[in-house]
Amino acid sequence: MNEARSDLLALLGGVGVVLVVATLIGRTLAARRPEGRPSPVIDNLNARINAWWGMTFLLGLAFLGGRIGVVLLFGFCSFAALREFVTLTDTARADHRALVAAFFLVLPLQYLLVWQAWYGLYSIFIPVYAFLFLPILAALGGSTERYLVRVAETQWALMIAVFCVSHVPALLTLRIPGHEGREVLLIAWLVVVVQISDVLQYVWGKLAGRTELAPTLSPSKTVEGAVGGIASATAIGAALAWITPFRVHEAAALALVVTSMGLAGGLVMSAIKRDRGVKDWGHLIAGHGGFIDRLDSVLFAAPVFFHLVRYGWADT
Amino acid sequence: MSAPPRESGRESGRESGRGMGGATGGATGGGTRDVPPRGPFVSGALARFAAAGIVLFARLVTAVRGIWDEGPPDGGRRVYFANHSSHGDFVLLWTVLPPRARARTRPVAASDYWLASALRRFIGQDVFRAVLIERERGPGGDDPIDTMTRALDAGDSLILFPEGTRNTGSTALLPFRSGLYRLAAARPDVALVPVWIDNLNRVLPKGERVPIPLVCTVTFGAALELGAGEPKAAFLERATAALLALAPGTSIEPSDDTPFDGPAP
Repeated sequence: MNEARSDLLALLGGVGVVLVVATLIGRTLAARRPEGRPSPVIDNLNARINAWWGMTFLLGLAFLGGRIGVVLLFGFCSFAALREFVTLTDTARADHRALVAAFFLVLPLQYLLVWQAWYGLYSIFIPVYAFLFLPILAALGGSTERYLVRVAETQWALMIAVFCVSHVPALLTLRIPGHEGREVLLIAWLVVVVQISDVLQYVWGKLAGRTELAPTLSPSKTVEGAVGGIASATAIGAALAWITPFRVHEAAALALVVTSMGLAGGLVMSAIKRDRGVKDWGHLIAGHGGFIDRLDSVLFAAPVFFHLVRYGWADT
Repeated sequence: MSAPPRESGRESGRESGRGMGGATGGATGGGTRDVPPRGPFVSGALARFAAAGIVLFARLVTAVRGIWDEGPPDGGRRVYFANHSSHGDFVLLWTVLPPRARARTRPVAASDYWLASALRRFIGQDVFRAVLIERERGPGGDDPIDTMTRALDAGDSLILFPEGTRNTGSTALLPFRSGLYRLAAARPDVALVPVWIDNLNRVLPKGERVPIPLVCTVTFGAALELGAGEPKAAFLERATAALLALAPGTSIEPSDDTPFDGPAP
């Protein structure tokens, strides 16, 4: 237990050092730019670094708060993400009751089940019961106009914003022999690897980006950025094997899987944004956009990582 | 529930007889309702507490964000005129204002709604300091324009809904009534700021009790002034266009197929 805590503090300390270096670089760039020449890229970089400080602080606080802290933090992330997602959907007035149920019934119940570690129910609650129950409410709303589209949008909103996000705190419920009391470090490893992959893809893309990866989806993603980011994040994931139950080569393989899922998640969420004609999901995280803009990679990686660890390492 | 905040604009054609000068003259005619009674200290503290709670709740449900080209409004005197599709419209506009401007900004609202119960009276008068006007003016009643100009003359800003009633249909805006023009004519020096409140009608559609959380925005446009000798119809048309120009879907690229307005059942 104490060892887990000291490992966690060591990891947070490491992230803190990275942030200090990033902050110094960002401030230096801002100070060195010519007087009166605005630079949106540098301003955005500094806004992002500032937001990283805030997010690291909140995540660290939740980790120290244990399972309840982590469940509450990701429950709020789900709330904010669902709010952003539903804002961009074409739901009609007839969907109001279904959406009320999604926000105030399905979301809290899912996190309650995660908190109670009831794997048998939380892993099917949304894809089975919510997916049957909400279309009934929408049908009772009386409007059949674009009914299938509206129902599908609401269901995908729940899948992305609640089901996927809830698999991050669900990692706390895994019982891994020889790793008891260290479950929170699994979350820390997943979040650090996936997010550092995003950051490194951004950095590699800015330094060496030549070839656009998917110009119709995301103008900022490049092949060089994606390869460089995923490769270096995989190396970091392997180097962090000491906080996980994995051996070094296992950690590298898992890091490759989650960072690849993260890249794919970013592309999928970009496709939705393009479809809806917006640049960002929201505005609450300065420099980054909305919660989904920051979570898009984590939420695609989390369920896959959860199941790989559950079947590969945990007592089931 | 009847529509709470409401613009008084009476039928067109009235203003020709009423003219510009009548405003200050009418002010002496009494009218106790536009000046909120200064409650005792406890009531004031309670009102501030309630205001903070309402702002927090509005932010939690809507994550509302103010959008302005020229920075947030300062403490200067303005008339904000906005689209009106929900009971919460003025709350949202009020929430995004910087605290200093918020303290001096009052919604124009219907007295028959806001004086109907003790709770509404507290919220309307003590929390929002609403400028209450009468929808149906009996003989000897106050002219709503006079009531509004008195608030402006005292240095306050106003929130006005020139459509006159809540828009629950699928059109973006209802035709403006004449009140905005009459107010502009009575106080030509006050800046008229168009404000588009987006998405709130989806948060709580008519007839529903539980709001759903959705991201809302409040967009402030460039201030308008009434031109010298500008006819009423031309001015109202200009004001309508200025407000509509702020609506998403009209200013974003065409791929955006109005995702914000479901069809009205």
